[in-house]
Amino acid sequence: MKVTFPHMGHLWLVLQTALEGIGLEVVVPPPCTRRTLELGVRHAPESACLPLKVNLGNFLEAKELGADTIVMAGGVGPCRIGYYAQVQREILRDIDCEYEMVVFEPPDVHFSEVWDKVKYLNRRPWQEGVGGVILAWQKACAVDALEQEVQRLRPREERPGQADAVFRRALQGLAAAGNRREINRLVKESRAELAAIPRQPEVSLLKIGIVGEIYTVLEPLVNLNIERRLGALGAEVVRGLFLSRWINDNLFRGLLPLPGHHPEKTAPPFLNHFVGGHGWESVGDTVTFARQGCDGVIQLAPLTCMPEIVAHSVMPAVQQAKGIPVMTIYLDEQTGEAGLQTRLEAFVDMLRRHKNKIVG
Amino acid sequence: MKSVKNKQWRLGVPRALLYYYYGPWWEAFFQALGVETVVSPPTGREIMDRGVGLAVAEACLPVKVYYGHAAWLAPRVDVLFVPRLVSVEHKAFICPKLMGLPDMLRAAIKDCPPVLAPTVDLARRPDEGLQAAIRAIARALDVRVGEAAAAGETAGARYREWLARQREAGAWLGNGPPGGCPAGRSPSPGEGQAARGAVPLTVGVIGHSYLLYDRYLGLDIPNKIARLGGRVVLPENLAPEAGERACHQLPKRLYWTLGRKIMGTALYLMEQASIDGLIHLTAFGCGPDSLVGDLAERYAHRRSKPFLLLTLDEHTGEAGLNTRLEAFMDMLKRRRTA
Repeated sequence: MKVTFPHMGHLWLVLQTALEGIGLEVVVPPPCTRRTLELGVRHAPESACLPLKVNLGNFLEAKELGADTIVMAGGVGPCRIGYYAQVQREILRDIDCEYEMVVFEPPDVHFSEVWDKVKYLNRRPWQEGVGGVILAWQKACAVDALEQEVQRLRPREERPGQADAVFRRALQGLAAAGNRREINRLVKESRAELAAIPRQPEVSLLKIGIVGEIYTVLEPLVNLNIERRLGALGAEVVRGLFLSRWINDNLFRGLLPLPGHHPEKTAPPFLNHFVGGHGWESVGDTVTFARQGCDGVIQLAPLTCMPEIVAHSVMPAVQQAKGIPVMTIYLDEQTGEAGLQTRLEAFVDMLRRHKNKIVG
Repeated sequence: MKSVKNKQWRLGVPRALLYYYYGPWWEAFFQALGVETVVSPPTGREIMDRGVGLAVAEACLPVKVYYGHAAWLAPRVDVLFVPRLVSVEHKAFICPKLMGLPDMLRAAIKDCPPVLAPTVDLARRPDEGLQAAIRAIARALDVRVGEAAAAGETAGARYREWLARQREAGAWLGNGPPGGCPAGRSPSPGEGQAARGAVPLTVGVIGHSYLLYDRYLGLDIPNKIARLGGRVVLPENLAPEAGERACHQLPKRLYWTLGRKIMGTALYLMEQASIDGLIHLTAFGCGPDSLVGDLAERYAHRRSKPFLLLTLDEHTGEAGLNTRLEAFMDMLKRRRTA
């Protein structure tokens, strides 16, 4: 059995460690490229949302490397992700691409449904398997910690791209790390390297919060590296969605004491009910960012994403009440780099004028 | 909220979206409580244009039309009735956009009157969910809970009668589309088919009721097929159990109530030899339909049942649509004689 999984940002590193930890042979799909997207778009339903298409491309590319089993997450509504696996299975069948699919989702009737899948996949004694999962979790935390530093550094570094180079090397190292000590050493070294990067003389920076649907927020292929672009434009990026937090909220049911999302406290009166996906969180995080003094918020979503359309629809009320500019960007296979760059530059210019007016 | 006594409110009910599923329930309920309701007129150019202007561009057309109806009602009523329908059955949802509808309207409509938005969530405990919604309305209208519960009973009975009538009126595979849809403007039976003497082509038209029965928004597809000499079978013509049973062959329970109805109808009809083809009417940007419709099309394809997907948006031209329908009907005709 050679297992593969869909890409989502740096999730591959975590999943690879966890799946290898339970003794499986893992095929990491090639990094997402335009080819991945094109493969997915060719076979997926036209108006399906973007993650379904990119993931389908991942599966087709992993097949070329010999994968035969897909491990992925599902859901029970109302967002479309819960039915991705079923649609993808039928598509793969129609194009004669054979795969077995193991889908992890909240059980329909009994918890044993999840347990059976774990037992089916597990190849090792339990203690070792648990050890692998814990190692994967530590890697997720390490990735997030480093990424937050890179986010802070991007607008401040003298020559753009240096921080990202360190981060890329660190990711490769983390993927190969075999125990906790190695992870800690890597984090420490990378931190030192980041600290040594020469910075610009102190400039006034903009602070932009990123909210939206998790896949478009975390996957650089589909958001066209928006965080690096913003960094190069002199804006520091903050966001509420991180891998480790997502894993804690969704897989561990928020058991670990990490700062989680509490849209039920922040989103009303603008949005008073859960709407699936991350719609509620998008509104709540926008309110939080406004309180924390961000200059603006960018909302990212795949085209036709239902929860984010709801969030987008109530954003005018949030903007007015909280005085924070919000720009919504829908992404799909047609999104062009030049168009996105122009919108970002215009938004940053607008925020800067806005800020100077307030200060001056 | 208002100085007038709550029971004397004029309550605005937009004639869009779930009105086409639950309108009779709502009207009977408020009638039993003696509350005056104003239902917006059938969708027309003006209402649609208003909605398109107010809603975000990415919303689907039925939601935009809902905005238009709400905006038409806003200056004419004291309160807008926009129930937040999260779920109408155990372990299933409606659609994220409908879950956020009251909040979306408040943010979009200037001088929006107060919105009466009871949350209807039967996903966990169906009985309690409905009781809670009725209690919320009772509180807002300032009527006794017992009175509201009794009105709920009356409404439920009226609603079930209406559902039965929808099925009968179709006398499925028989006399054209059903009557008794809430708008009272049921598509008329196909003329011309009897004159021709031959067995007319029978076409299953699947899609959301708010597209099939809104003659302006849905471009009156059922009647267009009837005019082309076809017989139409709509989801409402089927006994719900037929669709539910057909859905058992899916690998996973479909968690969208309306999507499951569409899928069930499609699966059931594509197994019937008497059905010549299927037409799926959908709105651009409809999330559930993008997956449900694709699956239905794949299943139909594997069973060699002709399947036509018609996607509507605010730019859909009627002439282009007519051509596609005519071509589809011609194809079915040739297929039968071949």
